Amino acid sequence: MDTAPLHAPDAVRPAGWHGVVADWSSDQRSFKGASWGKVMMWIFLLSDTFIFGCFLLSYMSVRMSTTVPWPNPSEVFALEIAGTNFPLILIAIMTFVLISSSGTMAMAVNCAYRRDRGKTTALMLLTAVFGATFVGMQAFEWSKLIHEGVRPWENPWGAPQFGAAFFTITGFHGTHVTIGVIMLLIVARKVWRGDFDHERPGGLTGRRGRYEMVEIAGLYWHFVDLVWVFIFALFYLW
Amino acid sequence: MGELAHGAGGQIPAAEVPEMELPHPHGWWSTYVFSQDAKVIGIQYALTALAIGMVALVLSWLMRLQLGFPDTFTFIDPQAYYQFITMHGMIMVVYLLTALFLGGFGNYLIPLMLGARDMVFPFVNMLSFWVYLLAVLVLVASFFVPGGPTGAGWTLYPPQAILSGTPGRDWGIVLMLLSLCLFIAGFTMGGLNYVVTVLQARTRGMTLMRMPLTVWGIFTATVMALLAFPALFVGAVMLLLDRLLGTSFFMPTLVEMGQQLRYGGGSPILFQHLFWFFGHPEVYIVALPAFGIVSDLISTHARRNIFGYRMMVWAIVIIGALSFVVWAHHMYVSGMHPWFGFFFATTTLIIAIPTAIKVYNWLLTLWRGNIHLNVPMLFALGFIVTFVNGGLTGLFLGNVVVDVPLSDTMFVVAHFHMVMGVAPVMVIFGGIYHWYPKMTGRMLDDTMGKIHFWVTFLGAYAIFFPMHYLGLLGVPRRYHTIGETSFVPASAADLNAFISVVALVVGAAQMLFLFNLLWSLRHGRESGPNPWRATTLEWQTPETPPGHGNWGKELPVVHRWAYDYAVPGAPEDFVPQNEALPPPAHVAKGEATA
Ligand code: HEM
Ligand SMILES: [Cu+2]
Repeated sequence: MDTAPLHAPDAVRPAGWHGVVADWSSDQRSFKGASWGKVMMWIFLLSDTFIFGCFLLSYMSVRMSTTVPWPNPSEVFALEIAGTNFPLILIAIMTFVLISSSGTMAMAVNCAYRRDRGKTTALMLLTAVFGATFVGMQAFEWSKLIHEGVRPWENPWGAPQFGAAFFTITGFHGTHVTIGVIMLLIVARKVWRGDFDHERPGGLTGRRGRYEMVEIAGLYWHFVDLVWVFIFALFYLW
Repeated sequence: MGELAHGAGGQIPAAEVPEMELPHPHGWWSTYVFSQDAKVIGIQYALTALAIGMVALVLSWLMRLQLGFPDTFTFIDPQAYYQFITMHGMIMVVYLLTALFLGGFGNYLIPLMLGARDMVFPFVNMLSFWVYLLAVLVLVASFFVPGGPTGAGWTLYPPQAILSGTPGRDWGIVLMLLSLCLFIAGFTMGGLNYVVTVLQARTRGMTLMRMPLTVWGIFTATVMALLAFPALFVGAVMLLLDRLLGTSFFMPTLVEMGQQLRYGGGSPILFQHLFWFFGHPEVYIVALPAFGIVSDLISTHARRNIFGYRMMVWAIVIIGALSFVVWAHHMYVSGMHPWFGFFFATTTLIIAIPTAIKVYNWLLTLWRGNIHLNVPMLFALGFIVTFVNGGLTGLFLGNVVVDVPLSDTMFVVAHFHMVMGVAPVMVIFGGIYHWYPKMTGRMLDDTMGKIHFWVTFLGAYAIFFPMHYLGLLGVPRRYHTIGETSFVPASAADLNAFISVVALVVGAAQMLFLFNLLWSLRHGRESGPNPWRATTLEWQTPETPPGHGNWGKELPVVHRWAYDYAVPGAPEDFVPQNEALPPPAHVAKGEATA
């Protein structure tokens, strides 16, 4: 169905922009190489980009329009370890973990296309563990801030919008990561059972499973990482 | 026009993808209720939208009763009036029009018109409907909670939306925001399906530039909705947090009943930006499908190829893109910088160009056409007239200096009802009269249809035309009673009473329409597969109503665009899209006499 094209593989398609024009003026499919699932994920991510975009623009807007001073991120997000204050240390680790998880995810996709079930499963689980670690550290950061008196409606250092925007946006992103972890676990289980080798139909959709699902899950995962980079820059470095 | 200018050029390429795997229903429940078939889902969407639309209609009667006969109906107090306005507006725009055009017509027509067996992800598509139904139920629930539904106005502007003076402040607003979030989630599931189906699941020979304009309209509107609803979603989430958690995204420092509230430092204008970044594209989300459908109705029932097909497609796409950069024309009175007003007024007026192109092309399609004044055609013509009317007042309101005095008057109410209330509803009716035969195998009754059209069309004018005048007098919008003023003459009250009586009559005509839908199900004339002798693929299905998988064994192969009407030299006055010429004579005959 939405797997490899039936067209002769040696059919010549014009290169570059001419190819794009040729694809879009052809019948049947506009993205010749892409399956339905992949196109769907890309368009979903585009829509989701607009959600995060609106959240971040709203945050920038309240931050710029408030008359009360904004809390200083390098103090707020500092961690005291053995008597020394490390600004942004936790967040640096979190970011590092999440970026690494993108790396393991990419390797999982590679192994999946080589039909290496063991490695794929292992790498996906590792990705999920990284993701869970990230969420765990975020929970730690939240509880630390709450402990210090930061609430969605107030905080000890200045504009109340700080807590509001911080909890809303990191919370929304954290939810995305959590959903991603669950998705990774489900797909990893399917890989491990060999569902994709036997094209076993999915329980809900009844569609045959394919190794491409690993890549589609990966698209989502990389997106969530990319969004984090923006959140990181706008909350912690600004 | 040249001989079959848009006919098949070269050869039809081989199938690129294997056949779609279809989920097969087992038994009654999975055939009619938890169905994954886009046709059933489309009808479910449409029926739900019509049902909730009835609620909005009844609310409009109640408002009109109050406006026409103030002090007569004591149960409509100012609080109730605000609640009616809010629910009426929101239901009409989001839960009726958006759901019916995209969820209803979109689901039913996209796979059929493109020669696909179904949407690409039927399970997700089914989920989309159930989440939409849940959203509707949550919305309806707000009528029954303590304090009733929210009375914040359909724009839900903070701070008043969540202050204690506003009706429904306790529960209503919360349910409204939740329901909107659910609606958006449900819509996204469906919308992804529509977009991917159009992009990736067309049949052989169906290039983008051979798609019927209906599909172009729905497709572009869906893409826009996927990009515009996020803004509403974000606004709704943050407003919900302001209301429930006490954050101050949108809430400035406020004193209420002599008490300083805990809020402070938020920006109400930010909400307006988010709302209208959704709200303006929303207008075109309901208008573009209407544009598309009307083009097909006109072409079919005037037996003429659509004039300037390519221009029509590009106009749809350009309108869609431009509508993302005009939103602040709804905020001229919010105190924004004059330069912004200048910018947004300019972009607003620029949209008039592609829109005018479309109107001219419709007229040129009709020009010297063989116009059949049947019910779908009447509604299509009604749409053009009403839309032009509303569009012209839109040009006035798009200018800052004209808008500022007219803002929040009945002139605005008249304008948007013409352009996005009555006009798209006309198309919905026209579309239902047009495709009902395909859905049921029977024609809707013609006499009832004509009565329905004339009462609705003339009635809508009688209702909304005088409102322009009321607005110019200065009668404000969203007022329960205007009481004694020096600038509104006493005769305005008579006019209001007149409008209200007509509104009730128009409402009654809709009952006739609903009756017609039910009655014709059993007693309607048998339609056969292609009663309108139309070219598009949905009329060429082997069964009527189309069966599971739409096409029987073989998918249709498309040889031409959707508008080969009255082609010189062709055996019939229409050539179906899947017809390769020269057609075997008996096939063409069979289609015609059916
Ligand atoms: C029989 C047809 C209709 C009648 C009689 C009617 C009547 C009304 C009335 C009396 C108001 C309140 C005016 C005011 O006091 O400010 C109103 C508001 C509104 N109507 Fe309708 N309406 C009809 C159909 C529609 C349709 C089809 C739409 C779809 C777009 C629609 C959208 C709205 C909106 C968005 C508002 C503004 C609500 C607000 O101010 O918050 N109406 N309508
Ligand atoms: Cu607008």
